Amino acid sequence: MTEPQPNDWSAQLFDKLVEADVSLLSYVPDAGNARLVELAEAHNDMRPILLTTEEEGVAICAGADLVGKRAVLCMQSSGVGNCPNFLSFVKGGRFPILMVVSMRGDYGEQNPWQYPMGEAAEPILEAMGMLIFRVDTPDDLAPATDAALSATFKGGQASVLVLSQRFLGAKQFK
Amino acid sequence: MTKPTLDRREILPQLFPSTDGYLFISGLAGPARDAAALTGDSEKLYTMAGTMGAAVCMGLGVALSAPESKVAVITGDGELLMNVGSLATVASLQPENLSIVVVDNGCHGETGGQPGHTALRTDLEKMAEGAGIASTMTITSPDELADGAKFLQDATGPRILVARVLYGPPSDFRRNLDPAACRLRFRNSYLATA
Repeated sequence: MTEPQPNDWSAQLFDKLVEADVSLLSYVPDAGNARLVELAEAHNDMRPILLTTEEEGVAICAGADLVGKRAVLCMQSSGVGNCPNFLSFVKGGRFPILMVVSMRGDYGEQNPWQYPMGEAAEPILEAMGMLIFRVDTPDDLAPATDAALSATFKGGQASVLVLSQRFLGAKQFK
Repeated sequence: MTKPTLDRREILPQLFPSTDGYLFISGLAGPARDAAALTGDSEKLYTMAGTMGAAVCMGLGVALSAPESKVAVITGDGELLMNVGSLATVASLQPENLSIVVVDNGCHGETGGQPGHTALRTDLEKMAEGAGIASTMTITSPDELADGAKFLQDATGPRILVARVLYGPPSDFRRNLDPAACRLRFRNSYLATA
């Protein structure tokens, strides 16, 4: 495990998930969620779940809700494109699920393959009835996370915490 | 491959002689009707009528979150193949309390019986074994149902039972199709007894 960094936003976000009684952290690996997964692996009350495709995580979060537990789904924005059909039961069944999406294909992106899904991710999520809480600066992280957790687990609204590339920093291609 | 002689409408009651202690998740179409007939569309069952491919992972979410319950996923060959990677996800976590029953009719029954891959060369039990599912079994005839029931009760979990069945209609059972009402029904029932 890597040492905590001075500005360890992953640890701040992770602590808020633990505090909100989230017990399953499902994910498809991305640079944006790598440290969150490390933290989950090291924590007794959080179980990381490696997925083969993002839509599996939508179903796992719904399954946890059926027995009164809380789960989150972490993915890169390209994975949003794999989820819409499963978001049908989230919308129709009013399952309060929370997604954490680390963006590619927005601010500073150098890879042309990332732009189409980067631009489509939020419209797709909104079309399926998800509320968007966007993090563009370090100051946004705590209030946006609190708002997304409240909307989901208190307000019963399926929500997405979007970590923008402006916040995460763009991947450098040489 | 052995030609199946199982009637799908008769398998679940014999594979689950008692449903006590079970929570059931079913995918869409025929398996949902069969599961609804088994349980009388009870509050211990959540069925889907869309979202093809979701059943195994919804069952996995339940199994990991309710480790004291036995969880059974009822799915079909077409649905399982649509998200077959979920077998790897299950295998890596090894939830001991999860059973998967595949009603494998070798076709897409809901849309007119168009042939599926398992009618040709695809073997779901081998795929599950390759994914790393702890216990796997295939049955094709009525005289294997008792062994199938024993497998679901005793084999090390997670376990998958592939029941290769004749092409024919699923159980004639009308279930509640409201996903929100069924969510609350399942959740409230579970939390009242948990």
